[in-house]
Amino acid sequence: MAPAEQHTLPKAEPPVRWTRRHLLDALLGLSALAWFGSVVYPITRYLLPAQSNEPQQSTVKVGTKEQFSPNSGTIFRMGSKPGLLVRTPNGEFRAFSAICSHLDCTVQFKVDEGVIWCACHNGRYNLQGINISGPPPRPLDPLIVTLKGDEVYVSLRG
Amino acid sequence: MSLYVDEKVRDPGAVGGPRGSRLYGWLNDRYNLDGLIAFLRKKEVPITSMSFTYYFGGIALMLFAVQVVSGILLLMYYVPSADAAYESVQYITSKVRFGWLVRSVHVWSANLMILSVFIHMFTVFFMRAYRKPRELTWVSGCCLLGLSMGFGFSGYLLPWNELAFFATKVGTDMVRSVPLVGDYLLQLLRGGEDVTGTTLGRFFGLHVAILPAITSSVIIAHLLAIQRQGMSQPTEWLDQPPEQRRSMPFFPHFFLRDLLLWLVIFNVVAAMSVFWPAALGLKADPFAPAPAGIKPEWYFLSTYQVLKWLPAEIGPITGELVGMLAMGAGALLALLLPFLDRTPEGGPRKLWLDIVGISVLLYLIIMTGIGHVSH
Repeated sequence: MAPAEQHTLPKAEPPVRWTRRHLLDALLGLSALAWFGSVVYPITRYLLPAQSNEPQQSTVKVGTKEQFSPNSGTIFRMGSKPGLLVRTPNGEFRAFSAICSHLDCTVQFKVDEGVIWCACHNGRYNLQGINISGPPPRPLDPLIVTLKGDEVYVSLRG
Repeated sequence: MSLYVDEKVRDPGAVGGPRGSRLYGWLNDRYNLDGLIAFLRKKEVPITSMSFTYYFGGIALMLFAVQVVSGILLLMYYVPSADAAYESVQYITSKVRFGWLVRSVHVWSANLMILSVFIHMFTVFFMRAYRKPRELTWVSGCCLLGLSMGFGFSGYLLPWNELAFFATKVGTDMVRSVPLVGDYLLQLLRGGEDVTGTTLGRFFGLHVAILPAITSSVIIAHLLAIQRQGMSQPTEWLDQPPEQRRSMPFFPHFFLRDLLLWLVIFNVVAAMSVFWPAALGLKADPFAPAPAGIKPEWYFLSTYQVLKWLPAEIGPITGELVGMLAMGAGALLALLLPFLDRTPEGGPRKLWLDIVGISVLLYLIIMTGIGHVSH
């Protein structure tokens, strides 16, 4: 018989039966998956740092009034983060988180323009901390300034 | 000099050369060196007007070797901690004899390596050398470009200077915009909320252990694929009548030319290191504002410029997420290029692909230039 004729009447494929081999393959696959998970999970947990339990400093004394001349800005430590204390040209104190809302750089007070400026991508905020130009998507996080006599204190909100 | 290769001189080492020595015979008896040399000699380099472009992959490889050696030398004195990293680099550059040279060679060869990888990729693209059956060679090459940039980014932080500190803050903060897992990725990269000594430790581990291990493996796979499949034959070369096609064996003929060029490039790196030694700048201070004029390395300038220009919000999503998505899509398209252009080797060129390639190249050059001159 010619070989071509062999293909004219294809035999129906026998139905796939669930054999012992299939069961063992499935168990082996599951074991490999479980082994992989038991290796990857602790590594992932190891690499993700534990949450710090250190109490967040909620109020700091930044200095005394006379240390800050009008139309100036000063970076200070607010716990582990930088804060920015601004004294406006009319002598008012305002404080913000000094972390730019764009990509985490530390902002500064730009004396010549009277704005808060981020050097990384040229973002600008006004003295209310509101983003006015460049890529920052949000205002700076505001902080609370309290004057006790001559001393200037800054606290976290809430 | 004729570039035709005389069959009689194709295997100069076989007669009278090192392959006639007793040592060679001793080793050959045990390790079948003849078989290895036959494997190396199998590859033929087509000679065309664009043959000079074949050197860039080799240059990148040589510069990687320079990176490994100079990096190991720097490891002898470098201390990976926020308190001591800056001081240790200062010590290397000011007190250790030739320390300034080793560090500058490391910095300059890194920059030239990335430049060589870029040139290599664009020439492979324009010569269509990524086409079937070399899809995975292209993919591994794309991975090597990504790994090279990872080396650049992680190594940049290690001196713990002001520029490095803010570049790392910006670079790592970009992953925060990845939907769902952004915060986890940020923590994973930084080892916490902020860029601290922990971040430095992680970047150090990445730079000196993880990336070198992965890169070395990918380089071996990349080279083996090229050796196994042979060089791509450009359409221009295949269009010639067979008797007019010229080629030379890769080993030893092209390899010896490679060696000569490597010597020249190494001397260029040394000269650049002497005349423009790497600066260190000021020590990182997490409580100082970002300095005016801060910019990343040249190969991130186009990304930097895009980030500056993107508005805060584009429709419902942030500008930086739009930028990340666009760059991610571009990188994915580049990676999948051989699966998108399915024309076989020697097939017709698609003009639109040339236009895309030239546009991408111009975009990168122009944006890098603008990023360099902008304030």
